[in-house]
Amino acid sequence: MRATACAASSGGWEIDRDDRRSAPSRRPGATNAGARGNVQTVVSHSHPDRSRGDACGRSRAVLRWSGLALPLALAACNSALLDPRGPVGRAEKTILINSMAIMLAIVVPTIIATLAFAWWFRASNTKARYLPEWAFSGKIELVVWAIPVMVIILLGGVAWIGSHQLDPAEPLSTDKPIDIQVVSLDWKWLFIYPEQGVATVNQLTVPAGVPIRFSLTSASVLNAFFIPQLGSMIYTMNGMRTELNLHADEPGTYRGISGHFSGEGFSDMHFDVNALPPEQFTAWVATTRANTSRLDAANYVALARPSVNPPPSAYGAVDADLFDKIVSQAIAPSPGPESEAKGATQAPVLGK
Amino acid sequence: MNMWGKLSWAAIPLDQPLPLISSAVVALVITGVLAWVVLKGHLPYIWKEWLSSVDHKRIGVMYIVLAMVMLLRGFSDAVLMRAQQAVALNAPGFLPPDHYNQVFSAHGTMMIFFVAMPFVIGLMNFVVPLQLGARDVAFPVLNSVGFWLTATGALLVNISLLVGEFARTGWLPYPPLSELAYSPGVGVDYYLWALQISGVGTLLSGINLVTTVLKVRAPGMDYLRMPMFCWTTLASNLLIVAAFPILTATFAMLLLDRYLGFHFFTNDGGGNVMMFMNLIWAWGHPEVYILILPAFGIFSEVASTFSGKPLFGYRSMVVATMAICIISFMVWLHHFFTMGAGADVNAIFGIATMIIAVPTGVKIFNWLFTMYGGRIRFPAPMLWTIGFMVTFVIGGMTGVLLAVPPADFVLHNSLFLVAHFHNVIIGGVVFGLFAGYEYWFPKAFGFKLHDGLGKAAFWLWTIGFYLAFMPLYLLGLMGMTRRMQHYDVPGWQPWLLVAAAGAALIGVGVFVQIVQLVWSIRHREELRDRTGDPWNGRSLEWSIPSPPPMFNFAVLPVVEGEEAYWTIKQRAIARQTLMPEPEYADIHMPRNSPVGFICAFFATIMGFALIWHIWWLVIVGLVCAYATFVVFAWHDEHDESISAATIAGIDRANRKERLEAISQLRPAT
Repeated sequence: MRATACAASSGGWEIDRDDRRSAPSRRPGATNAGARGNVQTVVSHSHPDRSRGDACGRSRAVLRWSGLALPLALAACNSALLDPRGPVGRAEKTILINSMAIMLAIVVPTIIATLAFAWWFRASNTKARYLPEWAFSGKIELVVWAIPVMVIILLGGVAWIGSHQLDPAEPLSTDKPIDIQVVSLDWKWLFIYPEQGVATVNQLTVPAGVPIRFSLTSASVLNAFFIPQLGSMIYTMNGMRTELNLHADEPGTYRGISGHFSGEGFSDMHFDVNALPPEQFTAWVATTRANTSRLDAANYVALARPSVNPPPSAYGAVDADLFDKIVSQAIAPSPGPESEAKGATQAPVLGK
Repeated sequence: MNMWGKLSWAAIPLDQPLPLISSAVVALVITGVLAWVVLKGHLPYIWKEWLSSVDHKRIGVMYIVLAMVMLLRGFSDAVLMRAQQAVALNAPGFLPPDHYNQVFSAHGTMMIFFVAMPFVIGLMNFVVPLQLGARDVAFPVLNSVGFWLTATGALLVNISLLVGEFARTGWLPYPPLSELAYSPGVGVDYYLWALQISGVGTLLSGINLVTTVLKVRAPGMDYLRMPMFCWTTLASNLLIVAAFPILTATFAMLLLDRYLGFHFFTNDGGGNVMMFMNLIWAWGHPEVYILILPAFGIFSEVASTFSGKPLFGYRSMVVATMAICIISFMVWLHHFFTMGAGADVNAIFGIATMIIAVPTGVKIFNWLFTMYGGRIRFPAPMLWTIGFMVTFVIGGMTGVLLAVPPADFVLHNSLFLVAHFHNVIIGGVVFGLFAGYEYWFPKAFGFKLHDGLGKAAFWLWTIGFYLAFMPLYLLGLMGMTRRMQHYDVPGWQPWLLVAAAGAALIGVGVFVQIVQLVWSIRHREELRDRTGDPWNGRSLEWSIPSPPPMFNFAVLPVVEGEEAYWTIKQRAIARQTLMPEPEYADIHMPRNSPVGFICAFFATIMGFALIWHIWWLVIVGLVCAYATFVVFAWHDEHDESISAATIAGIDRANRKERLEAISQLRPAT
């Protein structure tokens, strides 16, 4: 019952929810425990599905007696960031909620005090004491400085530890990760699998339960690579390589987006992330390899021309050094969207 | 080569009705106002008393008028964006991407540079010399030049509506998108030249106000006797002087890239986008404190006046203000935690950012204790202040949340971020500016604004704000990024509809404010402030008539403690008499000068010519603007004298009103 209520308002984020519910055996259990490795200290230990169910159940209970809880309850049920599917996203959710709780402990009393003082000391209230000269108190000053200092010491600790544990460039575990090279193009995403020797456009397929090591760059303008349910986004910049480590706990389809405005086709620059059980991933690689198209430097230059929302596609083979050539600018940065013939590139905007 | 550079008839977007209609409306309004002024014979008055005025009060008012007009433009852009996103679920909406991208770029540029900045500078210009007990700012003519250069920038941005296009790169033009390769049109050039020219104006104004606070104070007005608003003005203008040259240099580098093929920020040739981001935010972060610090000053004045008490913890507030001023320069990296800098760098900048929350928190608590033990009245300025305190702590909280790097890794560039900075800029800066506007309006014009309509506007704005921006926090948590022209997630649309309704409510608030202004002007005799002290104020600006005479103070006041005017007033009430009449003497005031207006006129021509590559016209504009300066510098007579008799007449009339007023008052106990 509860799960249905949540799914109904899930707003398209979890395309495979029903799928997973009907086939719980596909969820990687014990094999996955070690992979969570060094972020274990900050992640929540509760089972992801159960915790979500609980949260929504609680929200619904609150809802019965408080209409105000409605927006929050709805948001909790379909919010990507509050429904993470990997250790990074989960740790970030914990930090988000803990930091918020620490601050609310100060903010709520401050708001109440503001309204209460304003009300009690209104000019028409004859019972309130008027202290026309009272403008200093050393004790109050001490408290007034101490409260924010203490909050910041606490939050500063959260920030320091969190920054180090969740540094995007740090590997998540000692398990061997799968390498994926990401290139942001105008306006689509290219994913290269160097070990598997295949490449895809606008569709990212990863094995679930295996750490993923992304190396990222951009063919032209600044962009940001972001899979909200897995956590941390990172910039892609031409001539530079950034690194990001993520981990999908369980099979499913997640949404990947561009997190930084990059020009005309920006709004359509999103892709599906298919997390497959490892054996299915191997099968997917084999199928993709059977594809006869090859991504070499010449094909890449053609691909890098601006286009909006091209359908997902795949290459059965890819030049081994393509990514390095892009990063080192051995392949020149892609031409600008507007130096192309204008009409030709603009026509397909929204043409889906 | 074409004589008119890149300019041709194709620059007018005849195929796009929206900009055409709006620029036609703007052109009609401008022509209408001009025609009315000329036909009614007001032109000499406008020219002599306003356009060529070097009086800090007049310039302050003109800054605020500019800000309010531009607010209407920036707000229209906001309405377009909210409407577009409300309907663009799996649909193209009514704004194609190239237009939508210009709209959000123009919205941010307008609101920061041509609404918030001129409004803040206008209030500082008007109020600070009065609070310091000065006759004018340190450099009156420079002040006028600064204002008109700001107006030039605003004009150029608005010209882009009709002639050519505006930037499509966001309010900060991140390269490489803003480089010639990816933005070959004139949009980015409009942005850059408008801000280069107005940036010079802002820098001049900053130098002027720093000098004013440091050097032009009444006898006895020590630093630790200055009203809080003067302190925040000092801090804010120190930041302007330190930060705006960074902006100018950064834009100069981008201009060199675009005009002369340099490679500061290009992809190739060794350019580096990371350098741009560091530089732009080295200006950009202090900029938000340039805006919010004066607002903090306004809240301090308003909270103290309407609580009938001195500001609580004055020295603590001074320390907090200067601490914010300094730390604000050490946090810029938090705008790009997601760039991939190491954990140490991110953590240090995250913690530095949080440290700013300490002095800010102290300020909130001190306003709280200013109200404690007060006898609080609730006219509109005080409502804005309480609305601010409640709203701003929420915005501050989400800001500190974004300062935690791992939290920023998922919230960066999302609508959560958009909600956060609107939360602090509307809930902080804009509420502060409106509080200041209603608080000092009677001082500027001699009559109050209608309080009921002011309160109605406050409630509409506040409720509208919460409706418009709280959903954006939720949308950010749902993973929606900013600047989306359309989207395909059905779960987002209900919240975007709520946000659009909020924007509509704010629109009603803006309308009520216009009605308030018109109604108050028409009924000014009923709202007249005869004594010059309509709120029972505490600082020196309330010791002179409303509106203040050109010379501000008949004789310069001698300050004997904090709250200069309150002390004098309490003594007068206790003795039921004013201080003995002073000896009046002639006062020399700076003569009006059209140099600012003329310089800006040529700067506009130069800027326009630079944007369109009309090189001969650039030279004409530059030479004429420079020549104007030279001619001005050769003038020998800059002063005019006001006779002691005139001064005595004005002051005696005001003393009579005040004597009458104090007979009604009892000492505060």
